This record gives sequence, structure tokens and C-alpha cells, in this order.
Amino acid sequence: MEHSADEMMTVAAARELRDGEVCFVGIGLPSTAANLARGRHAPDVVLIYESGTIGSKPTRLPLSIGDGDLAETADAVVAVPEIFNYWLQGGRIDVGFLGAAQIDRHGNLNSTVIGSYDAPKVRLPGAGGAPEIARLTKRVITIIRQSSRTFVDQLDFKTSLGADDQVVITDLGVLRRVDGELTLTALHPGVTPEQAQEATAWELKVADELETSDPPSEDELSLLRELKSA
Amino acid sequence: MPGKVATMRDAVADLVRDGDSVAIEGFTHLISFAAGHEIIRQRRRDLTLCRMTPDVIYDQMIAGGVARKLVFSWLGNPGVGGLNAIRRRIEPSSVAELGVTPLELEEYSHFGMVARYTAGATNLPFFPLRSYFETDLPVANPLIRELASPYDDGKIYVVPPLKPDVAIVHAQRADRRGNVQLWGILGIQKEAVLAADRALVTVEEIVDELEPRPGATVIPTWAITAVAEAPRGASPSYAHSYYDRDNDFYKAWDAIARDRDEFKAWMEEHVLWSTAPTR
Repeated sequence: MEHSADEMMTVAAARELRDGEVCFVGIGLPSTAANLARGRHAPDVVLIYESGTIGSKPTRLPLSIGDGDLAETADAVVAVPEIFNYWLQGGRIDVGFLGAAQIDRHGNLNSTVIGSYDAPKVRLPGAGGAPEIARLTKRVITIIRQSSRTFVDQLDFKTSLGADDQVVITDLGVLRRVDGELTLTALHPGVTPEQAQEATAWELKVADELETSDPPSEDELSLLRELKSA
Repeated sequence: MPGKVATMRDAVADLVRDGDSVAIEGFTHLISFAAGHEIIRQRRRDLTLCRMTPDVIYDQMIAGGVARKLVFSWLGNPGVGGLNAIRRRIEPSSVAELGVTPLELEEYSHFGMVARYTAGATNLPFFPLRSYFETDLPVANPLIRELASPYDDGKIYVVPPLKPDVAIVHAQRADRRGNVQLWGILGIQKEAVLAADRALVTVEEIVDELEPRPGATVIPTWAITAVAEAPRGASPSYAHSYYDRDNDFYKAWDAIARDRDEFKAWMEEHVLWSTAPTR
């Protein structure tokens, strides 16, 4: 089956999630990837949405972080202060799933502004839960499309800090933080190292043994498309 | 029996004053669009609007001219995009072109706003959280401060209490005395009510007696200033067990708010010339 670069990215992100892990899910691509994982290799993954739903098993992809379906299919619905104080800060969440507009070589993220903070060219949504999710989960998965505009030398604003255990999934490949710096460890099929460097504003560190991602299987693709069309 | 139940018009007229800080809470669920629209119709000015996730209702209110300042942690139309009307009051290119007053911003993360409401509701001078380390947020907002822990060598960040003049939340039901019952996603509604000086709760319906419901939260009448009935008052957000979120409207809003003329026409038709229920 033919697939798009975005589909490859979503599938690769889903594969990062392990069965049984407790995952703090952001809306959009992270939620799509997490639900793809739940529908395939990780049926016992626990999805926590910051609106207060613990163990949501949505039947269709939610548009917002607080759709009714997330509450109806959850093991528990708690108030927002409880999510952040007890569950996140209490250290009970394994994985944080974050998107961003910019990333730097250390995995720091910007979702606040393009341009200066006081006079922004583009005002982005802002932090949401990113600063605390990046710091208080054990592992961070970041999904971001890779280009010289998103993989920048210097962030316009540091919204959240890179994590020691961080993997970055892009439409071109997979990067892991090694000794504090993102290292390209895999390329998606058909992507060259030159293309990845071209789409990165700093000199990209590349692993000695660069892997190639398995293309999305028919199962993965059909479930992904089913999720997206529901 | 002191009457807590009021019409939406009277409740907003009594509780919301020019220059107030106003928090309309509700995390995706139970957002009181009805009260927000009534505030626009009553032409309140210079409000400081507080909310974890300013979404379409604050886009409408801020473009409607009621606000001077925004206190928030995530600014957007979830799953759709940015808030175009608010962006026009922030980005210098459009601020200059349109000659509008820039919106003042006071920005936190979600946990920071949670901690602020908690400090407000618990009457503490600040609330600590393990966040913000090495980020630019404490630079952008000097109210986010670092503190040495008195018990170990660690550092912690603290935020000040948020005590809005008025909190406005929506709920499913109230009884005639003004006891309020809500369920489903609870957001930070209770903390907002308990942190505020005055609290208005708008409800889907007023009933003779609140039927106990497992998992539901009850806010007693004496903790609330006024209750107003507003059927479908949370739409296009939703009220669990009453109606679903109108996701199509949220998607459509992006194009409406992108164009200033279309925005004005929409507001005139749906907000300015419509009236709040007078029951």
C-alpha cells in the first residue's frame, strides 16, 4: 500500500509506545499515534488526557482534549488539579507525547511564539502542559515535521526542556537524545541522510549504524486510516 | 429563603463590573458561552480574562472589546488551529494595521494555572510546582519565581494565587435554592468558584430536587453568588448527558474569525441581536 510521509511518521511514533505504559497524550498527532498503538501492539497502554480522563479508550479520534467520548470510555475521570498534582507530579506517568513548532539539537521545544516574545511574528498556542510533561514523565516522545524552519539552531522561545530519555519522530526519520544531543538513528524508507541534514539547521549527529524504518504494514495503515475517517 | 436564582441578564449585570478579573472555566466541557455572550451584550470593558484554555469564547469576547488583559496557559481552538481574533490583538503586524490596543498577556503553563487556582481556593500566598526549570517562561512572566526549599537543597518554582473577582462556570443542574450539580469532565471549575470573590453558575436546567448521582460534584448554594438557567448555554462546547460538543462549529469558526467582516456579521447575528433567556 502506498503511504504518505505523515502516515509513516504517525506509524513510527505509535511503534515507540510499549504495551502497558502510562502515557500522557496531547491532542492531534500524538493522540492519533497513541490510539494507533492501542489498537495494535499496545492494547493495555493507559492513555491519560489532561482534561482529567484516565485510561480513555476512545472509539473515534477526539477533536479536542475533552471530548465526551474520552470521559465515557475512561477508567476514571478526575479534576484537572488531580491530574497534574497526583498523577503527573506524583511520578505515575511513563511517557509524555509532545508536539511543537520548533525543536533544537537538545530536544528543547518551542510552542509559544515565532519571532520575539514581546512582538511575535506568529503567536502560537503556548505551553499547555508541555513544561511539566517534559520534566515529570520518564520518557518523552516528540512528533514534529522536519524542516529547516522547525529544526532550528536557536529556539525563538524555550517552552519546554529536552528530556534525558527522548525520541523525536519526524516525517523523515527517528532521532534519539544521546549524551544530551539528538542523534539521527533511523531514516524512513526512501529518505537520504542528506535530506535529513538539509532539513536541519544545525550539523546533524548521525548514528554509526543508521537504520531504515520498516514501512507501515497494511494492518497499520488500514487501522490508521480507519481511525482518521471515523 | 435568599434567592440565588437570577436571570442571566440580571446576574451578569450584578456580578460583572468594568475592570474586573473574570474567569470563565470549563475544560472543553461545560464552557459558559451564554454568560460570555451576555457580557459582550452588556458591553463590559477593561476586563482581565483568566482561563487555562482560552478558546472560541474568549476569541469572541476579546474581539468583542470587553478585555484589556488575558491570563492563560494555552491559547487555541483545540484540534483546529489558532484563535485568529485574539492573534490580531497580539501580533504587532495586525495590531498596527488595524489600530487596535494590544492585548496584555500573563502566561503560565497548565500546571501553573492549576497551582494558581489552587492557591486561590486554599488561601495560600503561593503554590509550588516542579516545572519551568531552564525554560523561558519565568523570563516572560516574572510572577513565576524560583524558591529554595526549606526542607532540602532543592529549588522549586512557585506561582501566586489567582483570585478572580468573578468566576463563571456552567453545570448540568441546580435546585431552586441554588445548589449546583455537575459531572463528566470537571476541569478546574470548583477551584475557580472557590478562589473567586463572586461566583456565577449557569445551568442547563433548574430542578425541584437534585437527584444524587455517583461521581457528580455538588457545589452548595452558600458557596455561590448567583445561579442562572441557560439551556444549551455551553454550546458549542457540551454538557455531558445533555448534548454533544459541536465539533463542526469549532472547525467552521476558524474561517469566520479569520475574516474581520465575517466575524462582525456573525457576532451581530448570533450574539448582539440575540437575547439571553429571561426566565
